[in-house]
Amino acid sequence: MPVSVGFMSDIKDIKKNILVTQDLSIGYKQGKKDHLCLLSDINLTIRRGEMVCLLGPNGAGKSTLMRTIAGIQNPLAGCTLVEGIPIRDRNYKEIAQLLSIVLTERINVGNLTVYHIVSLGRHPYTSWMGRLSEEDKDKIKWALEQVDLLRYADHFINQLSDGERQRVMIAKALAQDTPLIMLDEPTAHLDLPNRVEIMRLLHRLARETNKAILLSTHELDLALQAADVIWLMSLGKPIKIGAPEDLVLNGSIEETFHNKSFIFDRKTGNFIMNYQKKQIIQVLGNDVMGFWTQRALSREGYQVTCEKAGNCSVKLIEDTMEWEVCNNGQVLRCKSIEELLLHLKTAFSRE
Amino acid sequence: MQSKKNGRLFAVIFGILLFFICGIFLLDLIYGSVSIPLKKVFAILSGTDVKNSWNYIILNFRLPKAVTAIFVGAGLSVTGLMMQTLFRNPLAGPYVLGISSGASLGVALMVMASALMPVAFGAISAFLGSWALVVSAVVGASVVFMLVALASIRISDSVSLLIIGIMFGSITGAVVNILQYFSDPEQIQSFIVWTFGSLAGVTWNEMQVMAPIVLSGLIIAFFLIKPLDALLLGENYARGVGISVNRTRIAVIISTALIAGTLTAFTGPIAFVGVAVPHIARSIFRTASHKILMPAVLLIGAAIMLACDIISQIPGNQNTLPINSVTALFGGPVVIWVIMRSRNVKASFAG
Repeated sequence: MPVSVGFMSDIKDIKKNILVTQDLSIGYKQGKKDHLCLLSDINLTIRRGEMVCLLGPNGAGKSTLMRTIAGIQNPLAGCTLVEGIPIRDRNYKEIAQLLSIVLTERINVGNLTVYHIVSLGRHPYTSWMGRLSEEDKDKIKWALEQVDLLRYADHFINQLSDGERQRVMIAKALAQDTPLIMLDEPTAHLDLPNRVEIMRLLHRLARETNKAILLSTHELDLALQAADVIWLMSLGKPIKIGAPEDLVLNGSIEETFHNKSFIFDRKTGNFIMNYQKKQIIQVLGNDVMGFWTQRALSREGYQVTCEKAGNCSVKLIEDTMEWEVCNNGQVLRCKSIEELLLHLKTAFSRE
Repeated sequence: MQSKKNGRLFAVIFGILLFFICGIFLLDLIYGSVSIPLKKVFAILSGTDVKNSWNYIILNFRLPKAVTAIFVGAGLSVTGLMMQTLFRNPLAGPYVLGISSGASLGVALMVMASALMPVAFGAISAFLGSWALVVSAVVGASVVFMLVALASIRISDSVSLLIIGIMFGSITGAVVNILQYFSDPEQIQSFIVWTFGSLAGVTWNEMQVMAPIVLSGLIIAFFLIKPLDALLLGENYARGVGISVNRTRIAVIISTALIAGTLTAFTGPIAFVGVAVPHIARSIFRTASHKILMPAVLLIGAAIMLACDIISQIPGNQNTLPINSVTALFGGPVVIWVIMRSRNVKASFAG
């Protein structure tokens, strides 16, 4: 962004940004005067068409931040603006036209059709009777098309899988027609294909509808791949903001999720469990077979190296998918990793 | 889309229900200690017949009784539906907030404590005359209701409110037990007769008080159709689509107090209808939408109460079965059948 500060650029910023928080302090009021402040001076923005993932360990205050932004909980100081409108003094109906929410909780209501649930998203716009106008019906149909569930419109929600249920709730949020959509751990109890599917869907929706999407998640690897911006929270420290790749490269992710039992691998973007090492083994050979052999060996507590170390080495024979173990001059061929591990275990226990 | 076809089907079912109610209503007027032919019933209703005793029975006894049955069935079922949605509990009914136990405490005090403190209570009951029971039930129900309403303002969680309602019920039950322990058998019997419930006690004079209050409660209930629909997804989603959950909860409580409190005062506690009818309506209409369920429970409740009143005439002569037992005897098997057929009543509620 050019730094040419001026009145015009201010207006442009407001138009570009859907969500702005100004010097927000989050926390809980305890009693009349006392309050527990989790984090203060939070200044965050989400631009149009951007998907932001909020990451952080448990207890860092992710939910509190989400609740405060959504206006469910009052900030200790500062304010949240959606499209330049402060959330704080709005009533529920007005807030519901600015932001929509999708929660972790699994919807399990009998006799409730998908269409009916999505139509609840139109509540802020309908009269006291909740009668749907043609425009409302078009919006509902469009929302169902976006999540590819139009053919299930007349199905009951408890006939759907968990992944489909979450897509129904996303359709409800789309039907609500708000500039900001907030999702609280939307992938929490889904399997891997559904988690990827939801993340891809949200990313596409942010691009195509030009809405701002904010989601809190524990799926670090998915967030790193799908998010445009990551907000990294850790207890008592300012929120780190940046493109996922920047946060990996400058070590922020490693720092936030620093732990004794695993390490973050910058090369792959994965966490590697940190097992106690007891024995050094040399592995000869590389590529896919080498990668998985190394994983198996480190799980069993062997430290793997490419250089000559100790008197044990494993050579990979890729043509026949075999492992040649050389231990104290003894040579043995194994046909699977399972066999290899078993052999090593008996060999070392004898010593 | 299928919803259009559904709409036509619902209209047909509603038509059948209305026809059915008219039929039972007439049957209720025909049968009793003396059977009065249908032709004569029409003649009396249109004011052309002159035969005195039948005229009196129909106009001053059976007609108010049938109208009361309609009010009781419709009113208790509507409050039961609202309570089940609000508390997301299939076992909730009009009395979970302690309204009937409050009324029974009032009546118990009036009937039994007048022996313990003859001066005070004797004077009051002499002053109130035939209205003594009604007034004491109203006072008892209102006191307990006020306490629960005060609690509901301070507590923003429906489950806690449910527990508080049940606790109030236990406390008043205990007080009633103590009163019974110290009372004469005759007084205990007249209290127990009140707990049997009776539709026959409401005169036209009393109807002029009962009907407007119950009707105003029903009107409030119809204004709550939209927020109740949103509450199906749970309180958080309801807030998310712009519903003020607190305001809805208070409106539901007021409506329930007006309907259930008034009806209990005039007819005694009538168990079961409020809990059972919403389940029957859900299984007939296969929907969770209150736009359908609200009128549905109103009609089904009225029909069932009229049917129960006819059944209570079975012994013939001047004897009738206590209505409170008939509803349970008749309703219990129906609910068991509904549950066996749908297998998962719990699934009708967000968990």
